[in-house]
Amino acid sequence: MTAVTEPPIEEIEVVRVHVPRRTFASELRAIKIVWRRELIRFKNDRMRIVTALVQPFLFLFVLGGGLQRLASAGTHGVDLKTFIYPGILCMTVMFTAMFSAASIVWDREFGFLREMMVAPVRRSSIVIGKCLGGATVASFQGVIVLAIAGLVHVPYDLGLILGVLGLQLLLAFAITAFGLSVAIRIKQMQSFMGVMQMIVMPMYFISGALFPSSGLPTWLTVLNRLDPMAYAVDPMRRLVFGKLNISAAARHVLDPGITWWGWRMPAVLEATVVLLLGLVLLGVAIWEFSSTE
Amino acid sequence: MSRKLHGMGDSAGPAIRVNNLRKQFGDFEAVKGVSFEVGAAEVFGFLGPNGAGKSTTINMLCTLLRPTSGEAQVAGHDVVKERDDVRRNIGLVFQDPTLDGYLTAEQNLKLHAELYGVPRELVAPRMEQVLRMVGLLDRKDGQVMMFSGGMRRRLEIARGLMHSPRVLFLDEPTIGLDPQTRRSIWSYIRQLQEREEITIFMTTHYMDEAEWCDRIAIMDKGEIVALDTPQTLKAGVGADRVTIQTDDNDAAIAAIQARFGIEARVSEGAVAFGVQGGEQFVPRLFAELDVPILGVSVTRPTLDDVFMSFTGSTIRDAEEDPSKLRNRVMMQMMGGGARR
Repeated sequence: MTAVTEPPIEEIEVVRVHVPRRTFASELRAIKIVWRRELIRFKNDRMRIVTALVQPFLFLFVLGGGLQRLASAGTHGVDLKTFIYPGILCMTVMFTAMFSAASIVWDREFGFLREMMVAPVRRSSIVIGKCLGGATVASFQGVIVLAIAGLVHVPYDLGLILGVLGLQLLLAFAITAFGLSVAIRIKQMQSFMGVMQMIVMPMYFISGALFPSSGLPTWLTVLNRLDPMAYAVDPMRRLVFGKLNISAAARHVLDPGITWWGWRMPAVLEATVVLLLGLVLLGVAIWEFSSTE
Repeated sequence: MSRKLHGMGDSAGPAIRVNNLRKQFGDFEAVKGVSFEVGAAEVFGFLGPNGAGKSTTINMLCTLLRPTSGEAQVAGHDVVKERDDVRRNIGLVFQDPTLDGYLTAEQNLKLHAELYGVPRELVAPRMEQVLRMVGLLDRKDGQVMMFSGGMRRRLEIARGLMHSPRVLFLDEPTIGLDPQTRRSIWSYIRQLQEREEITIFMTTHYMDEAEWCDRIAIMDKGEIVALDTPQTLKAGVGADRVTIQTDDNDAAIAAIQARFGIEARVSEGAVAFGVQGGEQFVPRLFAELDVPILGVSVTRPTLDDVFMSFTGSTIRDAEEDPSKLRNRVMMQMMGGGARR
């Protein structure tokens, strides 16, 4: 820093600004700055970038590698790591999105939330900005996992990459919206983490991220079809498996898709389910946020 | 007081007008119908012990809390019906820090400017100006996490000024700071007020700080018990304050009452009373009082005495014990009322 010689305060021309009434454009500006704050904070927090990758990599390489021999009888020669890779792509996004949503609890604890609450902007702009920020950050994280596709025998294909990115963004958006709708009601970080463990982990396991969603016990099939995350995991897997060079039998076993009474849901419909759910949850979060404090 | 002439913005006239404002939390009436006006470009202080209703009042004026009844206009706008208009025209510095420690000073200000919709071309010059005013220009790229308490407070004041508010609310701006920093914060506040020609409404429970205000309102138990310039209030008390240490305070109080007809009170473990010409009075006190005196002090009237004369206790005695206060704050938070 260079030493600044301060002129006497009387000599400074006062720059007077005027705050106009709020408009659609000013709300967009508010959304943008809340979104940017999430990015700046993510960029500054390298620790978080690393720690958020630990769990997905553990699942992928340790669990996937460890169970490989046990599973080899059923996978028709497909590496278990390859099979669970789409699930891991979802997992990374999921965790990061949850942490992003948690930031609203931090903001409350450290008082910053108040600065945003008293600004002459709509509460919805703050929630939307937060949600988009969380989704963006989570997708960045997803990209890192996408980059290691080659290690698990998944080809780098432009269509695949774009498709995965799109799905990740969608899932991240929905999960952040969900996380926000929970986080807004919670005053303490510990409680938030507890709630997340209770909801997110079961949702992840039931979604079929780590096993094919056919031929399951009835109770699990029912839960699986009701689990919103299943509708993000399935198109992701379909996308990845579409680019793999494997036998039809293997594909039939490993990528059965989500079926309702024998009818396989198209990927577009599945993605739409996730999108709609995300929008509904965002609506819930906005409603909650507007009616508190 | 002399700067009341600056009528500014869309509505000249008082910066704040409050009429019979009340706030009830459950059974507890935190603010019992206060009325007052604050002129444009005035530095107005709200004094009182913790729990007197200062923060509740300020929160109502800042649109953070909905009044139970009564009305208030800030910068010409109703705090209930025109919330956004009020918010556009006020700056806030809270008791608790509300900076993002992970961002730099400049990023915090930028964020504020964007949220408030400060015209883009003015963001940078205004930012430079407010940073310069609080002496933090050379620290603009520093992460706020690394700032000292005084620096953070100055940055919060700068941020509150980013959008050129007509009224700046400061809720206990110097709480928790050391005396030297408190003094420097105050000289900043006065300079800013003169440069920016804005109205400053602040609360404090440090009596000595009230000397910086043009006018002060003393609040006690939800009511305004006095409102005037510090000079007038002190002059009104008139008497000097004599404090004596004795072994038997009760006997001393009784003896002072019997001998001189003066009502004394125990304050902070010593016997205190007001009397005209205190220094001349002390020899008489020693000569005529049959209770042994261990020590004596005479002080000119201070705002503490003003406070005492209106409320019957010193401000420190009037402070509730902290646990009770905490319970009330919790009650306020849980009781809602703050549906905003």
